[in-house]
Amino acid sequence: MSSFSITEPSGRSKWFAGTLVVLYALITMVPLVWIMLTGFKSPADAISYPPKVVFDPTLEGYVNLFTTRTRQTQDFLAENPPVTWADEIVRQYDMVIVGPSKFGERFMNSVIIGFGSTFLSVFLGTLAAYAFSRFKIPLADDLLFFILSTRMMPPIAVAIPIFLMYRQLGLSDTHLGMILLYTAVNISLAVWLLKGFIDEIPREYEEAALIDGYTRFQAFYKVVLPQAATGIASTAIFCLIFAWNEYAFAVLLTSATAQTAPPFIPTIIGIGGLDWPAVAAGATIFLLPVMVFTILLRKHLLRGITFGAVRK
Amino acid sequence: MKKLNAAAIGAVLMGSVSAPTLAAAENLTLCWAAWDPANALVELSKEFEAESGHTMNFEFVPWPNFADRMLNELNSGGKLCDLLIGDSQWIGGGAENGHYVKLNDFFDAEGISMDDFAPATVYAYSTWPKGTPNYYALPAMGDANAWFYRRDWFERDDIKAAYKEATGQELREPQSQKEMLQIAQFFQEREIDGKTVYGAAIFTERGSEGITMGVTSALYPWGFKYENTPGSYDMDGAVNSPEAVEALEFYKEFYETATPPGYTNSYMGESLDAFKSGQVAMAMNWFAFFPGLYADPNTGGDKIGFFVNPPQNQEGSTLGGQGISVVSYSDKQDAALEYIKWFAQPEVQAKWWELGGYSAHNSVLNDPGFTDSAPFAGDFLEAMGAVQDFWQEPAYAELLLAMQKRVHDYVVADQGTAQEALDKLIEDWTEVFEDEGKL
Amino acid sequence: MSNGTMDRVASATPPRVARKVRGLSDRAIAWIFVAPTIFLLLAINIFPLIWTIQLSFTDYKANRIGREVKNIGLRNYERILTDTDIWLNMQATAHFLFWTIFFQVLIGFTLAWLINRKFKGNDLWTTIIVLPMMLSPAVVGNFWKFLYQPQIGLFNYIVAFFTGKEPSSFEMLGSVQLAPWSIVIVDTWMWTPFVMLICLAGLRSIPDYIYEAAEIDRASKLRQFFTITIPMVLPFLMLAVLFRGIENFKMFDLVVQLTGGGPGSTTELTSINLKREAFEKWRTGYASAYAIILFVTVFGLASIYVKALNKVKER
Repeated sequence: MSSFSITEPSGRSKWFAGTLVVLYALITMVPLVWIMLTGFKSPADAISYPPKVVFDPTLEGYVNLFTTRTRQTQDFLAENPPVTWADEIVRQYDMVIVGPSKFGERFMNSVIIGFGSTFLSVFLGTLAAYAFSRFKIPLADDLLFFILSTRMMPPIAVAIPIFLMYRQLGLSDTHLGMILLYTAVNISLAVWLLKGFIDEIPREYEEAALIDGYTRFQAFYKVVLPQAATGIASTAIFCLIFAWNEYAFAVLLTSATAQTAPPFIPTIIGIGGLDWPAVAAGATIFLLPVMVFTILLRKHLLRGITFGAVRK
Repeated sequence: MKKLNAAAIGAVLMGSVSAPTLAAAENLTLCWAAWDPANALVELSKEFEAESGHTMNFEFVPWPNFADRMLNELNSGGKLCDLLIGDSQWIGGGAENGHYVKLNDFFDAEGISMDDFAPATVYAYSTWPKGTPNYYALPAMGDANAWFYRRDWFERDDIKAAYKEATGQELREPQSQKEMLQIAQFFQEREIDGKTVYGAAIFTERGSEGITMGVTSALYPWGFKYENTPGSYDMDGAVNSPEAVEALEFYKEFYETATPPGYTNSYMGESLDAFKSGQVAMAMNWFAFFPGLYADPNTGGDKIGFFVNPPQNQEGSTLGGQGISVVSYSDKQDAALEYIKWFAQPEVQAKWWELGGYSAHNSVLNDPGFTDSAPFAGDFLEAMGAVQDFWQEPAYAELLLAMQKRVHDYVVADQGTAQEALDKLIEDWTEVFEDEGKL
Repeated sequence: MSNGTMDRVASATPPRVARKVRGLSDRAIAWIFVAPTIFLLLAINIFPLIWTIQLSFTDYKANRIGREVKNIGLRNYERILTDTDIWLNMQATAHFLFWTIFFQVLIGFTLAWLINRKFKGNDLWTTIIVLPMMLSPAVVGNFWKFLYQPQIGLFNYIVAFFTGKEPSSFEMLGSVQLAPWSIVIVDTWMWTPFVMLICLAGLRSIPDYIYEAAEIDRASKLRQFFTITIPMVLPFLMLAVLFRGIENFKMFDLVVQLTGGGPGSTTELTSINLKREAFEKWRTGYASAYAIILFVTVFGLASIYVKALNKVKER
């Protein structure tokens, strides 16, 4: 970019634009920062009026998130002095920790189902995308459109027959059921994105390999796959984020064994009403990986979003 | 009594002797709502674990999601729960769709008699079709909607004087619905100790069953009936009777003039929060929470009082509570039945009440010391004498959701009139019963 | 984008090369590669769709095992289309769709245009702006509910701070007037970055020489904006609108967590209503018909829109 270009914006307009954008970015961050702060508040501080910006940080929310507790009599409390710092925290409410909460399990379910379905959709998607990109497939355009149009169905509408089908097959509330389902939802996007990336890899590389005596399979995984690695990685991130965030199917088709974190987090309750610090702590733990991912991998991600959209 | 105790002791002995040898130690899962009594049940069940050798797991779901999650679980034939403490209205569906195991033979074989439980609870929690001796659950937790108030405020001379001046009457536990509204309006936006307080917290929740449970607490005392003749499904003239319209208008007035701001979608949790944070003078909630409220260091003890849902044209309280059922999809039905057998013993029931659960067993309720065992125990007995429940039809969810919508649209979203809301409700319900082939 | 060159390369490759390849034939490989995807989509998308169509003509209830299922023809469709309550849900959905798209386009385009000034560090700030759209809508809806609490909520407090109103004097989620806007605000916060990114791609696709030519012709900046920038970005913008439109027509998780459809039924979008019919009332047949109607609506609207979009692109 040469500074002589007449289309290069002036310094003043840059400064002006920058200020506005930074301002917007800061406003955008307020809810996120607030929820992270809330995770470190005591329940009383969390619901105080006016809202507290300065407060004594405590790990109460995190302790409540990861443990189940019961109230105990004074005698019992006197006999059993607190052992850990977490015990100390819950003692102020005459409670003792009796075990871990379900959050860890739910979080692990998110991890298993998220990575499982991402692996499967990227694996199948890469194969299909390669085929669509390189071979003449009858009705290819129709097939591609069909693959994409399946995303137009409201999830609740799809969920009705899926629910019936899964009930019949015993897939309700199983990891496998959710992995298959998320894969089916993700695969359309995966095929579209990956086809774009593979289209960009010059065919000459493969042709050369084939002439050298490689089989198609060898050419595919020794030549094409390494070239498409970046594309595959960014597609994987998209699939992972979708599966990680999905709520509608999870709330309808899982109840305990395979329930993921999104339907679980809003139902964390404390004494009486919602335990906001624990909810906030859960939200923070759940959202943070995505945020870190986004910032670290921003180049690929941003390209992926626009690329997927602009291709059509 | 004596005979029963002997039988029960015999059962315990048999259980403890035979359990390890005959039945393999199972890992049972009990599903219920996540609330105070559930924690008490965990505590109570430790004895069962020790006696039987089985281990207990618990799946407690927060109330707003409880019905959704559990009915979904049942409808998908899930094996998550071996035992389910399901809401009273589910019994019709549970029985007709084969979700619950029928318990008659088991009761007969084990000598468990339903005559040992309070009749209202047996009728509501155990029987289907209603009132017939076909049992699908054992009454586990008696409950009804009632009220609690700030006794310390009600007893303060300055407040009493101000009330007398404003209304010409003495400030006391309300004896009628209208008196209750008057008291609530008196407290609405009053300054007490430098803080603005409000009248009462009532149920207005839209998503599950909240506002219906709140509104029926006004409808029943006004004499609301679901049908002109029970079992006939002729609702016109009953559901939209002048009394019903008046009661619904009353609830709306209550909502608009005597509740704290922002309580547009509030249920059990919000009601507790409002009271414990000192925002309201009175609040409605289920008896289940009363032990916890009484024990609260800030607003419990001397500062809290309890009263039954006041009468208007007649007495009437909205029924809560649940029976415990064995899920027919469970592979561990024998062990689950063992749990029920254990739970039905008078000694266990006594301990259950002691720990904060509401036993429905006559040996507990008829004990001369019962009314004095807790400040709300007498109220509980009184309420259970005049409880009414919502439809318990297999199509109960459809009926409930229709009512949630019509009532919330009218009371909170301020659309149409009470008459229109109830007329539309009859239309909705008629449609449901037509689909069911009952009309 | 680069399809043209690819196709040319492909057609220029002599077919003989492919035939000489060892191992499986290309056709076999093509089918082996595509088949699992097609199979999965058939099993989990198409078969269910056909099943839904079939169910929509019955009075089936999924929670009533053993109940006789009757074929009732078009009765479900008739009931839905004549139900005034469902039209209210459609209106709520339309309100939500229109205003979210309106604000997202307005703010998204402005932001993209500003970011395209290429100020220092625009890359990092863009990423920060993008963060909300990467997050779980259900969790986002849940914590915005916290921000919207009267009195204790940050949102109310900030509005109160700037307007001088009492923070407890208005209820974003509880008032019939404000609740439809509360969901528009959150959706706009969350998805404006998406429109922004696509607009940014559009702006960056405009070659510099067009502006340079305009400068030489002494066209004013304003004129350049309306005759070059807007028309060139329009196809991109329309695409963004299409995506947001389809997504928000399906909107469920965010709004369920925020308002649950209330107060009354003021924010009960069609998806929420559908969920109640299908999984709370368990009127499976009826809900299936409802689902088909929604699907046809989205599909129909989207097709008309895509036609319009193609016309714009051709210009």
